Amino acid sequence: MLYSPAPMHIPDGFLSLVMSLFFWGVTIVTLAIAISKTNRSLGEKQVPLMGVMAAFIFAAQMLNFPVAGGTSGHFLGGALAAIVLGPWAGILVMTAVIAVQGLLFQDGGLLVMGANIFNMGLLTAIVGYGLYRSVMGRSKGARLAVAGLAAWLSTVIASLLVSLQLWLSGTSRLEIVVPAMLGVHVLIGMGEAVITVAALAFIEQTRPDLLSEEATAARGGSGWVYAGVGISLLAVLLSPLASAFPDGLERVAEDMGFLEMGRPAPYEILPDYTIPFLGETALSTIIAGAVGALVVLGLAVVIGQSLRKQNA
Amino acid sequence: MHADIFDRFHEAESRLHRLDPRVKVVVTLLFILSNALLPDGAWAAFGLSWLSLLWANQLSSLGVDFTFKRSFVALPFALAAVSAIFSPQGKPLADWSIGPLMLVPTDYGLVKFGSIVLRSWLSVQAAILLVAVTRFPDMIHAFEHLRVPAVLTTIVSFLYRYLFVLTDEVMRLLRARESRSATVAGLRSGRNVVWRAQVAGHMAGQLFLRSYERSDRIYHAMLARGYAGQLRTLHPHVMKSSDWRFAAFSAALILFLQLLGRL
Repeated sequence: MLYSPAPMHIPDGFLSLVMSLFFWGVTIVTLAIAISKTNRSLGEKQVPLMGVMAAFIFAAQMLNFPVAGGTSGHFLGGALAAIVLGPWAGILVMTAVIAVQGLLFQDGGLLVMGANIFNMGLLTAIVGYGLYRSVMGRSKGARLAVAGLAAWLSTVIASLLVSLQLWLSGTSRLEIVVPAMLGVHVLIGMGEAVITVAALAFIEQTRPDLLSEEATAARGGSGWVYAGVGISLLAVLLSPLASAFPDGLERVAEDMGFLEMGRPAPYEILPDYTIPFLGETALSTIIAGAVGALVVLGLAVVIGQSLRKQNA
Repeated sequence: MHADIFDRFHEAESRLHRLDPRVKVVVTLLFILSNALLPDGAWAAFGLSWLSLLWANQLSSLGVDFTFKRSFVALPFALAAVSAIFSPQGKPLADWSIGPLMLVPTDYGLVKFGSIVLRSWLSVQAAILLVAVTRFPDMIHAFEHLRVPAVLTTIVSFLYRYLFVLTDEVMRLLRARESRSATVAGLRSGRNVVWRAQVAGHMAGQLFLRSYERSDRIYHAMLARGYAGQLRTLHPHVMKSSDWRFAAFSAALILFLQLLGRL
């Protein structure tokens, strides 16, 4: 089987109508901006390019690699697309990929496609391009490391958002869906990070003009950097909070009118993940999240360094 | 080997195949919307929705169980809804303690879970039927008529066209990797996971460059054939009176489903 569905595509029926329409609204507005931007800044040549690039992302998702015990890692590609094509073109390319996955393979629903595009196209573009742009003038190792971090974060953030959407729709319970989705995608994201870094290193070696500082800067303004860093920080702070203190988040959502079934849970299902010697405080879970992010950054730096040595 | 496994169109001569693609797209979207609008536990309406789906299957002359056989793609995602069973609302039905866990399924939660899974299952079947009876370019054309921006539909058309070409490219890359990777039975082959992922990453980079350069050649070939930024079609879709009748009947049926679900 060449095409295997990824657990990130929400099928129809799992999001409430309000959620689906809300995210369709946000997605349509963003797509309208993306289309007018690409129409203005890029020539007609860009359209066939984006089409073939969309086919590339689709085809690259078939490049899996064996991990362990019969499972294999595979590739979503949103961060890579945003880095090499720019954020606006990346958004359009991912939209096309998600649309075909939903229409042709029923991987992701039609009514919830707005949410799927938002999670896997918009957020990955903001995080992927934003973080990469923040280090564009730096050494190759630093850029590859940040690209890896961005790829990992974009996967994790998308999965966090999927869980929040499922919870706000009343489909899943917050204290179950957040740790489950995050747990799976923290691992999937590592594969994403390594493939993205290796692919970028390869492109940098053979076509350095595509990744030069001028080329990167020309694709989007510096606003992307703030957006990317902001969303990443928010996710690093929010995900431990959401998995450790679902009740708190639930109360906030109830106060803000997001949720009608936000009653306090009469049972405890999952033990909290915390750092032992710090005890169960908000601080310790936030530190746990930050440590996780640092570990991935460190790994990415090491991989970036070793790749640079090989290429030198 | 050619990767034509992606083509989900099933050639047949039937009422549904002949229907205008716009009608098929709109009716499918309405059906999925109707599933989303039905309240939890509207079993009669869900049942009738399924019957109308079976009837549509019959009309497509692909067999009554055509979509049923292919409808389990979204099932793994149902795991995400399992926790809805233990909703704190409603009457508790049982009291399971598994180690430190205490699980209390409720009647409200069960109804919710069942409705979510049914909605998803019906919607997936509608989408499967749509792509089975509509050629992909016709479907894209229908979306164009329905005011989806031309940039997007053009990108999607290119994606669909070159998907097959690039999949062949991927197969070549995979075959090359396999032939490089000799294994001895009983011995561990290759290096660690990071190294394997790196190999996959280099393949992705290679694929990117081949695609990028191919898109350049494609663009020049298209320019030479008179491309001016728009894809044109020689297949003008015109609504016939039978298309209108089918659309009106489907709309009435969906309206009835909604009324039934709210009684």
